[in-house]
Amino acid sequence: MGTNQIHVTTPDGLDRQGNPIKISGAIYIRVLFSSKFYPVSDYIIYCEEAGRLKMVMKVYGPVRAACPQRVLACLLEKGVDFEVVHVDLDSGEHKRPDFLLRHPFGQVPVVEDGDFRLFESRAIMRYIAAKYEEQGPNLLGKSLEERAVVDQWLEVEAHNFNELVFAMVMQLVILPRMGERGDLALVDACERKLEKVLDVYEQRLSKSRYLAGDSFTLADLSHLPAIRYLMNEAGMRHLVVQRKSVNAWWEDISSRAAWKKVMELAS
Amino acid sequence: MAVLKLHGTPFSTAAMRALAALYEKELDFELVPVDMKAGQHKSEAFLALNPFGQVPAFEDGDLKLFESRAITQYIAHEHASKGTQLVSPDPKKMTILSVWMEVEAHQFDPHASKLCFEHVFKKMFGMTTDPAVVEELEGKLGKVLDVYEARLTQSKYMSGACFGLADLHHLPALHYLQGTSSKKLFDSRPHVCAWVADITARPAWAKVIALQK
Repeated sequence: MGTNQIHVTTPDGLDRQGNPIKISGAIYIRVLFSSKFYPVSDYIIYCEEAGRLKMVMKVYGPVRAACPQRVLACLLEKGVDFEVVHVDLDSGEHKRPDFLLRHPFGQVPVVEDGDFRLFESRAIMRYIAAKYEEQGPNLLGKSLEERAVVDQWLEVEAHNFNELVFAMVMQLVILPRMGERGDLALVDACERKLEKVLDVYEQRLSKSRYLAGDSFTLADLSHLPAIRYLMNEAGMRHLVVQRKSVNAWWEDISSRAAWKKVMELAS
Repeated sequence: MAVLKLHGTPFSTAAMRALAALYEKELDFELVPVDMKAGQHKSEAFLALNPFGQVPAFEDGDLKLFESRAITQYIAHEHASKGTQLVSPDPKKMTILSVWMEVEAHQFDPHASKLCFEHVFKKMFGMTTDPAVVEELEGKLGKVLDVYEARLTQSKYMSGACFGLADLHHLPALHYLQGTSSKKLFDSRPHVCAWVADITARPAWAKVIALQK
């Protein structure tokens, strides 16, 4: 999908994507494979005949980066339309003044839902899961107790798991890509700590199909991008495949249609 | 009604976070001490409460939870009508609160907790503070606090006009750092300084500190 293309639903209910073009000072969307023209202003797409308004959620970030992938997976699970606006991390686009207006810490992703802007991928996930609670799978948990257990494992991902994986990917993948040497002693130390953390996951997943219980939730989804990086670019497959329940869980969650779609977008 | 139990020590930053929420909500609870010096947090009995062997762990009848920020959120929602309002019933306001809770967890805490370790916990374990590490961490935390300074010129508290979990989660690290040379990071930023003074003066927080005596 090109970065300028916009998703629309035509009045006759068809999903189309098209490029914005200017005609006599006004901006229109020309829908692909159709001769119809739909007027658009600031990505509010409307059709003169139907007079309907439709806004699409914008996700700023490269589709290959882990944190945007967390948000994309959530949007796809819930069947929510979105548009990706590519941000070029290699050229430092995320640290430039105009991007800092969107995200004061200069990171991706940022999401814009109409004029409501958010950052921090886990807060965005929670927002999407709550806003679209009625459609797609329930990613939050039903009762207050279930939600608390989902929160608990989201916190585990954020505080016990992610920091270690991020450190390893930084030393093994990102720094070498930038022509610098990774600290292999640090990788080793992180790997040993991660082994202990994954032992706890193994214990948990031997008793529970998913981290928070019987159903797939945000707690599982949140792990997808980092585990993929860990197993592929970081070359740490063994950490997952050597643990029976963790491996079975990974096979299950990574074969979900929404995650496969994220992989397609990223390829 | 079952007694709420918090397992931990009033010196642990994570346990203090949960204690702050319990006091703000004016809830009766029992603090079950965990002797970390003796390694009690790695005992079988404790691992049954938190398989990661970390404090705090929390019990509300049959519900067992760990991770301080999951505990505070549970308390805030379950007892929404009691004590201080720590979350918002309005979905958009709750989302913004959620953003700034993530900021505390991912932008602030990584540097702040390492600074606490260098200044405070290392001394408790008979180790020496490394000034080079302190300087590096202060540089990183300073950049985060620059964003906080900009944020707090627009709103009195992290997520808006009212005190909430996004502010509360900062309290333990702020408390420890205020007693160190890193205090200057907060004092030199007027809105951050005022915010720190405001939230650390809350009566519920004083109750948490009193437990350390």
